[in-house]
Amino acid sequence: MDSPSTLDQLKQRFGERAWSYSENPQSPQSNRRIVVPAEQVFSYLEFLKEECGFDLLVDVTCVDYLYYRGAKDRFGLVYCLANTTTSERLIVRCFLNEPDLTVNSAVPLWEGANWLEREVFDMFGIVFDGHPDLRKILMPEEFDAHPLRKDYPLRGRGERHNFQRITRAEG
Amino acid sequence: MPSTLEAPSPVEQDYRWTLNFGPQHPATHTTLRLVLQIEGERVVDAKPDIGYLHSGFEKIGEHLNYNQYVTVTDRMNYISPLANNIAWHHAVETLLGIKVTPRCKYIRTILAELARISDHLLCDGAMALDTGAFTAFLYAFNQREALYDVFETLCGARFTTSYTRTGGLMYDATPLFVEQVRQFVKSFPAVHAEMCRLLNRNRIFVERTKGIGFLSKEDAINRSATGPIARASGVTRDLRKDEPYLAYADFDFNVICSTGGDCFHRYLVRMDEMVESLKIVAQAIENLPSGPVNVPMAERTILPDKDRVYDTIEGLITHFEVVMTNRGFQTPREECYAAIEAPNGELGFYLVGDGSEIAYRARCRPPSFIHFALFPDLIKGHTVSDIVAVLGSLNIIAAELDR
Repeated sequence: MDSPSTLDQLKQRFGERAWSYSENPQSPQSNRRIVVPAEQVFSYLEFLKEECGFDLLVDVTCVDYLYYRGAKDRFGLVYCLANTTTSERLIVRCFLNEPDLTVNSAVPLWEGANWLEREVFDMFGIVFDGHPDLRKILMPEEFDAHPLRKDYPLRGRGERHNFQRITRAEG
Repeated sequence: MPSTLEAPSPVEQDYRWTLNFGPQHPATHTTLRLVLQIEGERVVDAKPDIGYLHSGFEKIGEHLNYNQYVTVTDRMNYISPLANNIAWHHAVETLLGIKVTPRCKYIRTILAELARISDHLLCDGAMALDTGAFTAFLYAFNQREALYDVFETLCGARFTTSYTRTGGLMYDATPLFVEQVRQFVKSFPAVHAEMCRLLNRNRIFVERTKGIGFLSKEDAINRSATGPIARASGVTRDLRKDEPYLAYADFDFNVICSTGGDCFHRYLVRMDEMVESLKIVAQAIENLPSGPVNVPMAERTILPDKDRVYDTIEGLITHFEVVMTNRGFQTPREECYAAIEAPNGELGFYLVGDGSEIAYRARCRPPSFIHFALFPDLIKGHTVSDIVAVLGSLNIIAAELDR
């Protein structure tokens, strides 16, 4: 494990003040996190991929902190990275607030980010700048809400009941 | 989806046409749809259109408690529900900082490997079925039946097992289960050898899969592929070895890799992984530790035995504490990502705990979703008949794809 060296490299490149480090005490090995500024997330990811050997993008997801006690920011993006040679893991976090829900896309770095970012866009409405094909992926075209946001009710807003029905004669 | 259904420009119209594949098609096996651009028999472009089976599992995860949600994980990759159960509670226990007992670890390891065998059997069997080798599929399904009997003995359910609990298991393993697993370990190698004889040098099968859907090592890493698909392309990553969870550190087994990267090698990797899984099961079942299967009652995450509920006051209190909706158990206000090596690849959960026993966010990292994104590149330039071979080798389960 070269965990100190990754952090040292980050310190050398970005200074000590710009980002913060924490880990989950229950599983410090696989849950080391850095929180970075949202506008710089691409350069952090690029640096981690090119210089620190985090070549695998495991997951991209988002958390809506709307009803989370004590949370300051609305959305928290999560990039789970892994190093396939040393099997080191690192989670990169950044926080976004309305109205500016835009972040640079990671697709130029990892092709695997394509669908993962589309899902985050679909579920949370986060816009990934520079994404080649940012369309809804799981929800239907005409659906105009973001269902995993906390202010979206569990049973929906009647979309299912108002769904347009086509009879055999019309079809 | 306007961009996929655009009318072709007049120049291309003469020889290129659009073919809709799915969402209801016998060779997709599940509900997924492809919009193909075809030139004669060749696939020029493929656009996957998914979401037909989206049921909001992650939203439901924010409204069910940690023990209830295991029933939903059954429905994700329903080919190997036990692996999902184990992945879910592995993540929950990581969040809560619970260390499960040795016996529980061993039983879970055995089940995870049996689930892997049943998943690979179906994947390889269905791939053979789609490429014209029907018999191997029947051999595979027969063995899955034997595994279902084992699961039934253990938890009463054949398919939707919901077997794990936070800090333990629903029931302890019985001597009958041990006997059945021993029987399976004894009988499976002969069937496996027979399947290999039916397929490995079967000229039709080999010619329909060799050189089809090539994925290079660089692409596999760049596109986040994991599990047997990445290993067939030469990525030597296996969480069972790299970050040993459960009891994997105790056993002697190999990580199967190949540099072939095509459908045939993905098939071969899965076939050989079954042998390694069987090795783990054989070692684990002979060294099954005795002792309790659940964490101590003081953890208050799991219902105590009925004997303790009726005979001791502590048991009665714990029972009520766990059952009452306004009590439950405490969780830290923390976040964690924890993954296991599921049959299909890395199956992880990103959990956010807010102090209650209901997850604030329960993100699932589904391997099928990531692997289906590979599909357009793997099929480009191949013929229409190769679609089923590539789909079969990726083992796309729509319930996990759409969740």
